[in-house]
Amino acid sequence: MLKKDLGLLVLIIVVGAAVAFQNSRFLLPENLSNTANQVGLFGIFAIGQAFVIVTGGIDLSVGSVIALLGVVFIDLIVNYEVNWLLAILFVVVLGLVMGAVNGLLITRAKLQPFVVTLCGLLIYRGIARYYTKDATAGFGFGAEFPTLEWLTAGRSEIFAPIARLFGHDGPTIAIPHSLIALVIVTVVAFVVLHRSVFGRYLYAVGKNEEAARYSGINTNRVILAAYVICSGLAAVAAVFWAMYTRSISPAVHGSFYELYAIAAAVLGGFSLRGGEGSIIGVVLGTVLLQILQNLVNLLGIPSSLNFAVMGSVILIGVLADQQFRLYRARVAAARGREQPAPSPAGAPG
Amino acid sequence: MPPSPEPVSAAPFLELVEVTKTYPGVTALDRVSLAVAPGEVVGLIGENGAGKSTLMKILGGVTAPSAGAIRVDGVAHPSLTVPDAIRAGIAFVHQELNLFDNLDVAGNVFIGREPLKAGLLRLIDRQRLHDAVRPYLDRLGVDFGPGTPVAELSLAQRQLVEIVKALSLNSRVVIMDEPTSSLTITETERLMRIIADLKAHGVSVVFISHRLNEVEACVDRVVVLRDGRMVGDLAGADIAPAAMIRLMIGRDLRSLYIPPAAPPGEAVLEIVEARTEAFPAQPVSLAIRRGEILGLAGLVGSGRTELARAVFGVDPLAGGALRLGGRPVRIATPRAAIESGIYLVPEDRKRSGLVLDFPIAENISLPDLWAYARSAIVGLGAEAENAERQRERLRIKAPTVSTAAGTLSGGNQQKVVLAKWLSMKPKVMIFDEPTRGVDVGAKNEIYEMMRRLGDSGVAILMISSDMEEVIGVSDRIAVMHEGRISGFLDRTQFSEHNVLRLAVGAPLEG
Repeated sequence: MLKKDLGLLVLIIVVGAAVAFQNSRFLLPENLSNTANQVGLFGIFAIGQAFVIVTGGIDLSVGSVIALLGVVFIDLIVNYEVNWLLAILFVVVLGLVMGAVNGLLITRAKLQPFVVTLCGLLIYRGIARYYTKDATAGFGFGAEFPTLEWLTAGRSEIFAPIARLFGHDGPTIAIPHSLIALVIVTVVAFVVLHRSVFGRYLYAVGKNEEAARYSGINTNRVILAAYVICSGLAAVAAVFWAMYTRSISPAVHGSFYELYAIAAAVLGGFSLRGGEGSIIGVVLGTVLLQILQNLVNLLGIPSSLNFAVMGSVILIGVLADQQFRLYRARVAAARGREQPAPSPAGAPG
Repeated sequence: MPPSPEPVSAAPFLELVEVTKTYPGVTALDRVSLAVAPGEVVGLIGENGAGKSTLMKILGGVTAPSAGAIRVDGVAHPSLTVPDAIRAGIAFVHQELNLFDNLDVAGNVFIGREPLKAGLLRLIDRQRLHDAVRPYLDRLGVDFGPGTPVAELSLAQRQLVEIVKALSLNSRVVIMDEPTSSLTITETERLMRIIADLKAHGVSVVFISHRLNEVEACVDRVVVLRDGRMVGDLAGADIAPAAMIRLMIGRDLRSLYIPPAAPPGEAVLEIVEARTEAFPAQPVSLAIRRGEILGLAGLVGSGRTELARAVFGVDPLAGGALRLGGRPVRIATPRAAIESGIYLVPEDRKRSGLVLDFPIAENISLPDLWAYARSAIVGLGAEAENAERQRERLRIKAPTVSTAAGTLSGGNQQKVVLAKWLSMKPKVMIFDEPTRGVDVGAKNEIYEMMRRLGDSGVAILMISSDMEEVIGVSDRIAVMHEGRISGFLDRTQFSEHNVLRLAVGAPLEG
C-alpha cells in the first residue's frame, strides 16, 4: 500500500468519525449497508476509468454507456424475454465493442480521448433516449428474476457466522452483493495493474509513450485495451445499476457518473497526465465520495449543495496533495545534495 | 575555424571572487575565482558534476553563493538576482533552448518588451518590432527573417535567435552551455565566426563545452573545474586537448581506439537500397559486419537518424529491403526489430530511451518483460537480480536499482539504456549519438562496452556527429550526404578532412 493510499484511508476514518460523532445514525447497520451498496455500484466503473487515466487518457462516455446498456438490458430480459445470463453476456460484449470503438478512434484515427469520449457521451445518451422513446424503462408488474435480483441487488449477512462464534446472535450488517462484486473486481484489477506485464505496460505508456514504443511495446494495443476494460466494466456496472434502480429514465440515468469516476481517481492519487495512481487509491476515493454524499444527507445539509461539497473536498484534497508533493520534493532535493543520488518512490507495483 | 584572437588586456568587468557554494553535505563550488574581461572568450570545462552548472546559476542570479562575492564593474555583491544579472548584461544561451515555438523570431527576441501601438487595446506594433530585430539578424548574417516562425527553424537557427536576444538586451557577456552539441560542422563554424564577431564588438563569451577541439579553437583562456575546485587556468599555447583532459580528469587519457579481437566477419545486417520517407529518392545500401563498429558520419539532417529509425521499425521504409544473416526480414515495428535482435540506443534518451520516472530495474526489463514473467505476472525478484547484475557490469552509479532513472547523470542514464539491450541477445546494435551529454569518464566506458559487444559477435552501427568519436572509435566509416551514402572510409583513410569532404558531398582527393 502506498503512503498516499494510507493518507486517504486516514482521511476517510477521520471524516467517518466526524460524521458519526455528529449523527449516530451514520453507524446504523442499515446506513452502512446502503453506503456500501453505493460504493460497490460506483466503484466498479471507477476502476475501469482508472485504467484509462493511467494511460493519460479519459473516458467521458461512461455515464451514457451505463444508461444505454441499462435500457438495452432491461428491454432484453423484460420485453424480449431473453435469458438473463445471455442478456448480461450480450450487454458486456456490447460494452467491450464500445470501448474498442473509443480505443480505435484514439489510437488509429489519432483523435484526442476527450473529444472521442465526449462524442460517445452525447451519442450513447441520444440513442438511449431514442431507443426508449424517452420513456422510463422498467420492470412490469410481476416481472421477476429472483436469482438475478439476488445476485445483483441482494444483500447477505456474510459476517453472521463469525459474529455467532463470538456469541452475537442479533442481526449483522447485510453486505450488498454489489460490494462483493467490487471486491472481486478490485482484486483482479490490482493484480492486473500492479503485478502483471500488461499493468507495467500501462504505466510505461502513461509515463512515456515514445520510450515504451522504442522498447518494443505495442502502445496502441495497450491503450486500446484500457478503453475496452473501461467500457467493459461500465457494462457490468450498467447491469448492477439497472437492477438496483429497477427503472431507468434514459435522460438522467447515469448522468455525471463519468465525473464521479474521474473524481474518485483524482482523489485516489491518479494524475490526469497518466502514469500515476493505484487501484487501492481509486477504491478509497470512491469510498470517500460516498461518505461525503452520506454526510450531506445525515448532517441536514441541503441536498442541492451535494455537488458543491464534493467539489470543495476534491479541490482541498488535490491542493493539500500538491503542497505535500512540493514539500517532499524540497526534502528530496536537500537530501539529494547530501547523497550522490536520491531515490524517490517509483511506480507502484 | 577562425584564427586565434589577440590577447585581451582590458580590466575585467565581471569577477567572481572566492565563490563557494555548499549544499547540505556537499560543496558544489569551493573558492572559485573567475574574471571575465570585455571581449574575452573564456572556455569553461569540466566533467559532469564539476560545478559548471552551479557556477552558471550563480552568474544568472538563480542561486546565491554561500560565501564570496560577485563583482560587477568593480562593485561587489554578495549575490545577484535574476534582474540584477540581466541589468549587469549577463545573458545565457542554454543547452535546451528556451524559445516559444508558436511565435516568430521577432516575437521571441522581444518577448515581454514588445513595442506597443497607441490606443486602448495596446496592440503589438509588428512593424516596429520587426524593424528593431532586423539589424541584429543582418549583423549575424542569418538566413531567416524577423517574421519567420520559430517552429520552422532548425536547432542551429534557434540558437542564433537566442544570441540575437542576448544582443538586443545589450548583453556584455553571453554564456553558452554546450552550444555545439547538436550543431553540424558548418553550423559550428558559423557559431565560431559569430563568437569572433561578438568578441570584436567587445562582448565576452563564456563557452562551456565537452568538445575540446572547439574550445581550443575559439577561446582566449580555459578555466577547468574539477569537483567544485578550479584546477586550471590555461591561456595561449597551453590550451590543448591533452592538457585540458589531464586537468579535467586528473590523468592522461588513452587513445580512443580499441582494436577488435578478430577481423570483421560476414555481413550481419544488409540494408539493400533502403529509402526513408525523408529521402524517398535516395536508396541507401550498406552492410554491417560481425564484430565491426561501423561509424555513420554526416551532417545533422543528412538522413542518418531517419535510416536508423526505419531499420528499427519506428518509421516505415519507403522502399528497399533488409537482410539479416543473409535472410530477408520485414521490420514494421520496433517490436519486430527487437525480436530479430536489432536494438537501437536512441539519440534522445530522455524521450525515447528511458521512462524517467521508472526505477532503473523497470527500465532495464521493459523490452523483455515477458522473460521475467510467469503466467503474465512480473517476477520482481528476477527483474531486480538482473538489474543488479547489469549495474555491476556497467558500473552504473546509483544507490539502488529501484532509484528512478531520471535522477541519474547523463552517463549513467545512457548506461541504463545500454543495460536494457545487454540483458537480451543483440545481433545488431545501432547507437545514435551514444555519448551526447555524457562525461569523459563514462564515454570511455561506453566505447569499451561497444568494443566488447563487437568482439562477442555483434554488428554495431554508430551514428555520431562528434568527429573525435567517429574517427577514434570506428573500424570503418560510412558518410551520408543528403540522404545517400557519399562514401566509405577504411581506417587508413580516416581523417577529419576526408570525413568532412564526404559529408559535404565532395569527392575524396587522390
